[in-house]
Amino acid sequence: MSTEILMPALSPTMTEGNLSKWLIKKGDIVKAGDLIAEIETDKATMEVEAVDEGVVLDLLFKEGEANIPVNKAIAIIGDPNEKIVLKKEALIEKVIEEKKIEKNIETKIENKKTDIIDTPSPKIEEDRNLSSEEITMRQALRDTMAEEMRKDNKVFILGEEVAEYQGAYKVTQGLLEEFGKERVLDTPISEHGFTGLAVGAAFKGLRPILEFMTFNFSMQAIDQIINSAAKTLYMSGGQINCPIVFRGPNGAAAQVAAQHSQDFSSWYSQVPGLKVIAPSTPYNAKGLLRSAISDPNPIIFLENEILYGLKGPVNNNVNFSIPIGKANIEKEGKDLTIVTYSIMLQKSKEAALRLKEEYNLDAEIIDLQTLRPLDTETILNSVKKTNRLITVEESWPFGSVGSEIANIVQRDAFDYLDSPVIKVNSADVPMPYSLSLEKLYLPQVDDIINAAKKVSYIK
Amino acid sequence: MKKLQKADYIKMYSFMLKIRRFEERAAQLYGMGKIGGFCHLYIGQEAVVVGILMTIDKNDSVVTTYRDHGHMIARGLDPKRIMAELTGREDGYSAGKGGSMHMFSKENNFYGGHGIVGAQVPIGTGIAFTHKYNGEKNICRTYIGDGAMNNGQVFEAFNLAALWKLPVLYIIENNKYGMGTSVDRAAAGLDLYKRGEAFGIPGEKVDGMNVFSVIEAADKAGKYVREGNGPYIIEVQTYRYRGHSMSDPAKYRTKEELDNYKQTDPIEIVKAEILKKKIATNDEIEKINKDTLDEIKNAAEFATNSAFPKDSELYTDVYL
Repeated sequence: MSTEILMPALSPTMTEGNLSKWLIKKGDIVKAGDLIAEIETDKATMEVEAVDEGVVLDLLFKEGEANIPVNKAIAIIGDPNEKIVLKKEALIEKVIEEKKIEKNIETKIENKKTDIIDTPSPKIEEDRNLSSEEITMRQALRDTMAEEMRKDNKVFILGEEVAEYQGAYKVTQGLLEEFGKERVLDTPISEHGFTGLAVGAAFKGLRPILEFMTFNFSMQAIDQIINSAAKTLYMSGGQINCPIVFRGPNGAAAQVAAQHSQDFSSWYSQVPGLKVIAPSTPYNAKGLLRSAISDPNPIIFLENEILYGLKGPVNNNVNFSIPIGKANIEKEGKDLTIVTYSIMLQKSKEAALRLKEEYNLDAEIIDLQTLRPLDTETILNSVKKTNRLITVEESWPFGSVGSEIANIVQRDAFDYLDSPVIKVNSADVPMPYSLSLEKLYLPQVDDIINAAKKVSYIK
Repeated sequence: MKKLQKADYIKMYSFMLKIRRFEERAAQLYGMGKIGGFCHLYIGQEAVVVGILMTIDKNDSVVTTYRDHGHMIARGLDPKRIMAELTGREDGYSAGKGGSMHMFSKENNFYGGHGIVGAQVPIGTGIAFTHKYNGEKNICRTYIGDGAMNNGQVFEAFNLAALWKLPVLYIIENNKYGMGTSVDRAAAGLDLYKRGEAFGIPGEKVDGMNVFSVIEAADKAGKYVREGNGPYIIEVQTYRYRGHSMSDPAKYRTKEELDNYKQTDPIEIVKAEILKKKIATNDEIEKINKDTLDEIKNAAEFATNSAFPKDSELYTDVYL
């Protein structure tokens, strides 16, 4: 049997090549790995090796011949006794066949969905059995971690100052004492390294909880979060998942200025493979963190420093959880919908009280709880009822979570809208230090009221 | 050092040859447009991974860079499915979703195939962390290219591994060039194996063209790590015959330099040793050559006939 040696594509852009030099001649015996020719490409002259073995039966081009198309036969090797048949037609057919396959692939891509892949919101009824005593958000988070660590030895926590110091914001208080230094690990200040380490541990089957002292420092580690944690399940064809929770405070603190006060909710929500959660109360912090720790996927769990001291009742059942991907209707209303999350829930509630008192507007408040996957069903149902929507969040305006919600609502509930969607965001500038400027930067109750008036056409 | 049996010599030779033939065939398929994107060949470096993996326990873990085809073959994975991943087909190790740079086999403790320079170093350190956390006696072999040795996260990982005494063996595959930049133009201080010294990590330099030297070093280092002494660094001096990736004409080095390295071809060294020790005859070697060529030919055949992934696969494996 004879084999054709084809003009190879030696770079992704090469379509034809020049035969600079033959390193074999007719009658030579060629072994796999032997150099056979020098080919000049659009970039350089490169050597080509044989991958098949046999006798060189014919060289189909002379040295110096130019513009030979890729995939055209340039030599024939094989059994010397065999009659040489140039299978030109067969070759052309093959090329046409390949083009067809390529076409086929293109058609497939035309049919792709542009929708975000959402796992559908689970229809699980929450157990709203509340405790009589109120605890802080900080305690709620700590208790939930401790409860899950008691249940599963694979759960451990690492981060800067989480052990001996008891947590920069005291969220891990007491964990070292209960679980020991093998499961509560102080890391050096090297986010990129310890995030990669935790991702590796999760690939291998542990369930790390990684605390970023603040999410500002997750920027040091974002390559491992996006490129390793979020994508490896996909790139491994479903073999290697990454059950990890990245948690810590996100968003503005108080007068810590541009590098320590920013909101990353829309950054992470953009990434397929991540789930993004932003609790607003001790109650949902408990339920959501439990779901996060039990989830087999990488989770971004965005807490808020100012909310750590917020007190509220919780559900003390150690199996109580709130499903990921489910929004909470914090307050029902009929005149307009306010969609919000995290700390802006508090300001939205204040605004709703004043809207009722001052303008007789009955606002419905939706607390997203999970940003990705987004509970679009709850949002759309509300908008279909109230016909007006404002979104309230702390992030910068460009491409924010509210931008995506506005897109979904105009697409899926266009005919229900009585006014354009209005977004309330932080100012489109880095966070200033000065107290007065900081207040101007952040969305305030008045901003929410003004947006509500605007969608209701109230002057 | 590990006492080599006759079968070990044959195994080494077969694996190294299989890697060489596989890569040559991959280059051909790339030339025919059957393989796309980035494709980094391992030709010339075969003695490194084969030498290292001669000392592996089956429950040990491995994590490596994007120059990973040879690493998978040496781990005993099926060339058919590796090639099918290169051609982006459903039978590939990553079901066609990873490609040349992102291949995994969890059941064989092979954790990739990583496309970002240096990223696999903390990840391998974390896999080692898990071995220790679980009380297992296994170690994680973490490969690092010479280019990654100037990347910050590598030192963060070294510090963590030494601090927490993690069972990780770092293997620096120094093939002299990070893409087109020679090591001496990128690294201040050419003894890369000494870069763990500040953390108390022992290191040594090994001739990576000679598989026997690699085995000796890997055996010693592997024992050190497995006994709970913390990490160890081996810098293996090697050379890639091909460019950085398929489209690299490698103009930054001379033909003489390449030819010089080919004089110490790692496969020829093993072959000479086999013949000298009369472990196999010339005919037996020829038989291995032919069988290897056939196996890889079949792999290419398989990989070009396997189906493209189904459309619906686009949306799977995003979440578990």
